[in-house]
Amino acid sequence: MDKILRIDMGAQGGPKMTTEPVGEYLGLGGRATTSLIVNKEVHPLAHPLGAENKLVISPGMLSGSTGAMTGRLSVGCKSPLTGTIKESNAGGQAAQVLARLGYAAIILEGKPEGDELYKIFINKDGVKISVDNSLKLLDNYPLVEKLRGEYGDKPAYVTIGSAGERQLLAASIACTDPELRPTRHCGRGGVGAVMGSKKVKAIILDDSGLKHRTPVNPEKYRDANRKFVEGLRKHPVTGEGLPAYGTNVLTNVLNEAGGYPTYNFKTGVFPNGAKISGEAQAELEVKRGGSATHGCHRGCVIQCSGIFNDAEGNYVTKQPEYETVWSHGGNCGIDDLDVIARLDYMDDNIGVDTIEMGATIGVAMDAGLAEFGDGAAAIRLVEEVAKGTPLGRILGCGAEITGKVFGVEKVPVVKGQAIPAYDPRPIQGIGVTYATSTQGADHTAGYAIATNILKVGGDVDPLKTEGQVALSRDLQIATAAIDSTGMCLFIAFAIMDQPETFQALLDMLNAFYGTNLTGDDVVALGKKVLSAERDFNKRAGFTAQHDRLPRFFYTDPIAPHNQTFSVSDEEMDQVFNW
Amino acid sequence: MRVTVKLFATFRNNRFEIEDRECPEGTMVGEIVDGLGISRHELGIILVNSRHVSVEHALSEGDTLALFPLVGGG
Repeated sequence: MDKILRIDMGAQGGPKMTTEPVGEYLGLGGRATTSLIVNKEVHPLAHPLGAENKLVISPGMLSGSTGAMTGRLSVGCKSPLTGTIKESNAGGQAAQVLARLGYAAIILEGKPEGDELYKIFINKDGVKISVDNSLKLLDNYPLVEKLRGEYGDKPAYVTIGSAGERQLLAASIACTDPELRPTRHCGRGGVGAVMGSKKVKAIILDDSGLKHRTPVNPEKYRDANRKFVEGLRKHPVTGEGLPAYGTNVLTNVLNEAGGYPTYNFKTGVFPNGAKISGEAQAELEVKRGGSATHGCHRGCVIQCSGIFNDAEGNYVTKQPEYETVWSHGGNCGIDDLDVIARLDYMDDNIGVDTIEMGATIGVAMDAGLAEFGDGAAAIRLVEEVAKGTPLGRILGCGAEITGKVFGVEKVPVVKGQAIPAYDPRPIQGIGVTYATSTQGADHTAGYAIATNILKVGGDVDPLKTEGQVALSRDLQIATAAIDSTGMCLFIAFAIMDQPETFQALLDMLNAFYGTNLTGDDVVALGKKVLSAERDFNKRAGFTAQHDRLPRFFYTDPIAPHNQTFSVSDEEMDQVFNW
Repeated sequence: MRVTVKLFATFRNNRFEIEDRECPEGTMVGEIVDGLGISRHELGIILVNSRHVSVEHALSEGDTLALFPLVGGG
């Protein structure tokens, strides 16, 4: 990863590429690379879909190595959904392949005039950019199928569906999994719309003839990786719960704890939650000949995903994640796993964020476009998005836009991005993260659920405000660092509880780069990333008043705990005061 | 008194999902856990009526006790 590929999509006479040394980004990766580049190079007041915005694609620090769990790909830009800086990451094969190709980042900049649609092919021999208008408005599954006909089964495919081409604000960027299904999405913040604005339909990454990246100290790296894997295997969450049930094991947890946002955030318990739980989902998947255990990239030892088949045993989609099952399920009053799986497939195919799409359907149901619980109507609404009808374009632009167009008062968003599957009133800690994250509402930015609800990595009372600001601060710092390593965030469950597993991660980084990083250096990296993101957002016009939840979380208590969100504004403003 | 016990994830293996049971006044959560053959160090989340409690918590008539191993996601 010693070079950066920069492509000016708007250059006179067609896209112009240059390769430059990695320079100041040497030894960085993932979110650190994307956020530092965006903060340095993108005008904070740029229109997100204009020539001044840039799409930065970066593999993690350890991606492309033999290390376990190193397959996260970060995509950064100014978000068209939030107006803030954005880093959205996904699993799949792309990060490993891009890293082996030697690129620390691909930067797409400028904006072509005209209607030509481009694809970019990268292999060990170089980069080829070509026009391919036959791909226009293809959705992700047929798109990848068509590209496989030309490029074969070896590459990793990074693509946008019709939503990205239409520059819808919920549009995602899809990455293929080991079986070449476009199921792993950089979902949040409309990054697919930015790729669409650059007229890039697909990036095809082929590492044929290339080996794993070599650590500075291969033996130490191998040893550290072995200890790291042992740590993941022995922790109950990463070694047992996630492989067996996937992330959807959380449906029953959040429902029992009264923190499961139901009917567009009107109550904290979904009466039919058990029907769409991880336990029920895993049983159904196995019964139908699918699988409850599947990795999104080679080298994953947690295997939190799965394969969801229909009643006839035909593939429908990958195992829908907890947040997807929530957004399209309980949030919309839908208790049918087949409907939820169908919606998950549609979202992946069109290329939209499942959290934003489900939250939007919830808002649309509040507006009276459909009844809560009506699965067929939910499918019809998402079909509108696929067709690109005026209604579909509104829905595909997310919960905030939909709420405004249809006059809905209570719209669960922060900085324009939908709040996911954990209500901040009975879980105060996650509310601090939603409100203050540099990304808009994002549970992964500082996953306070772990300590508030799951009692992993500590114990903070979810119903009280004490300790939540410090907790969110620490988690946001740690997450910004982990998102830079290329490691899947789920390693956090093991490294928070097991000091020797955290040490193994440090040993991996040090063996790979020949450094002597300590825990303090990791904290410093996280702060550096967050500081860059905060700097961008400040210059883009964001103030402390944007670091708040929508008012109804402060005014409307929710059953069963009958609480409102009550962390004071003064406390919230201390999150980044380190 | 009557309490409802709900088990989740691996705790269901060779046990049950939900059961109403009769138990003496003042029964502690830990006693129910022990009676189910669940070792206390396997416990991740203990909820009584949607609130986190410890194994020392004394149950009351009509309570719903939910037991989870350590789980995670997101």
